[in-house]
Amino acid sequence: MKLVVVSAGLSVPSSTRLLGDRLAAAVGRQVDVDVEVVELRDLAVEIAHNLTNGFPGRKLAAALDAVTSADGLIVVTPVFSASYSGLFKSFFDVIDKDALAGMPVLIAATGGTARHSLVLEHALRPLFAYLRAVVVPTGVYAASEDWGAAGLDGRIERAAGELVGLMAGRPAKKGAEPEVVPFEEQLAALRPAG
Amino acid sequence: MQFGIFSVGDVTPDPTTGRTPTERDRIKAMVAIALKAEEVGLDVFATGEHHNPPFVPSSPTTMLGYVAARTERLILSTATTLITTNDPVKIAEDFAMLQHLADGRVDLMMGRGNTGPVYPWFGQDIRQGINLAIENYALLHRLWREDVVNWEGKFRTPLQGFTSTPRPLDGVPPFVWHGSIRSPEIAEQAAYYGDGFFHNNIFWPADHTKRMVELYRTRYAHYGHGTPEQAIVGLGGHVFMRRNSQDAVREFRPYFDVAPVYGHGPSLEDFTAQTPLTVGTPEQVVEKTLAFREYAGDYQRQLFLVDHAGLPLKTVLEQIEMLGEEVVPVLRKEFASGRPAEVPDAPTHASLLAEKGSEEVTVA
Repeated sequence: MKLVVVSAGLSVPSSTRLLGDRLAAAVGRQVDVDVEVVELRDLAVEIAHNLTNGFPGRKLAAALDAVTSADGLIVVTPVFSASYSGLFKSFFDVIDKDALAGMPVLIAATGGTARHSLVLEHALRPLFAYLRAVVVPTGVYAASEDWGAAGLDGRIERAAGELVGLMAGRPAKKGAEPEVVPFEEQLAALRPAG
Repeated sequence: MQFGIFSVGDVTPDPTTGRTPTERDRIKAMVAIALKAEEVGLDVFATGEHHNPPFVPSSPTTMLGYVAARTERLILSTATTLITTNDPVKIAEDFAMLQHLADGRVDLMMGRGNTGPVYPWFGQDIRQGINLAIENYALLHRLWREDVVNWEGKFRTPLQGFTSTPRPLDGVPPFVWHGSIRSPEIAEQAAYYGDGFFHNNIFWPADHTKRMVELYRTRYAHYGHGTPEQAIVGLGGHVFMRRNSQDAVREFRPYFDVAPVYGHGPSLEDFTAQTPLTVGTPEQVVEKTLAFREYAGDYQRQLFLVDHAGLPLKTVLEQIEMLGEEVVPVLRKEFASGRPAEVPDAPTHASLLAEKGSEEVTVA
């Protein structure tokens, strides 16, 4: 199975990326997965261009393909101004709104203090609900202090287990070709009743 | 194969001089562009349709009627006619009238429009865009083919015993193209009727265009109109030329950088690499245009965008001269070579009339 990590961390090295890697490793311990990491920092300019032009550049197109063809996603953002970062949101803004329907998603975020932890529930979970993704019950938030405290490991393992369960139970993917509703059906749907 | 010009009709300040043409200037410029297209041997002029500033062409058949009176050979078309917000009855009448005035030198391209508020301004709902395109065109198709129409649908008042006048010239409806950039439903619609499919690829990467054209070709064959290779395909192009490639880049860059739609985005170099835009010599335009065939197959109509982003009329007319003198003659020759005999040309009034004649003979 293919697992894609989307990391919106901006610094190098980044605690957001570190959290994404730890979550991916936890999934990898439970099930055999190929992991691909999409670093949004590297795609920042192409994401902005996609917003103005309507189509993705080559690197962004490859990232979008990876994300939409994954069997499961781990998405990690730093908390900026009480929500996900603008870059994180812009990446999901340029994905087709139906492309993540049914996709198992593990939501995670990092921040300076634990006071922002409900960003997972108030910002990330509704975003992926709108996209009709299936979000695991446990979101993982790591404040700076969590990197030196007990407890983060347990949350990572629990969330990873939930993601593995969803990925294993997911129905087979459909093809990437555009779907056509035969024209007679389109016409018939418009015919007045009676 | 047909070659021509399509114009959006935007009124945009020239970024190098700050001068903004008046609406009258722009309307007359569009006419001058059409006349130049005929003068240099191009085949088609197509005008956009818009109902909001900064665009001028709200009334395409008025403009095309005027152009018809001043040309002999040019095919007058649209890019696009709003099948969603126009009354299909009025489209049937306006374009049949134009056919008579222009002696058949008329076809048109259906589109849904890209400006949200136009729908409510014309009493429609944008969420019904595809359904409006389907129902309105189904009615238009009948109005041009049946002398008396009884009709009832979802979006328009019913018709009882209605005859659209004038009837199409020689009983031959204008050929219709359906333009869509990303809606498979429209490719399907074009295929169902055996109409043309125009993919305005100018701001899109080749692989996207390829998927849409392939879908249309496959479905065209599915509906029994011919082989996939015989489907009628049109593509856009987007060019700025000078004899010397560096001069073209230097002169066009200030327009490119602030152009509506794609300005303030990727560099001219990136955009040129990713989309059909060619800024360079006529030879470079030939090379890039010939490559369209590699992903779209042998196709029937190539329209170029040359007059947007505030380019002065004089410059635009120079572009059309270069197309007519240096680009299109080479493209005609090169596209013809290796083109299978069974791939048809784009239908014209004359070819459709001949087809109708032969069908009537067969029936008799």
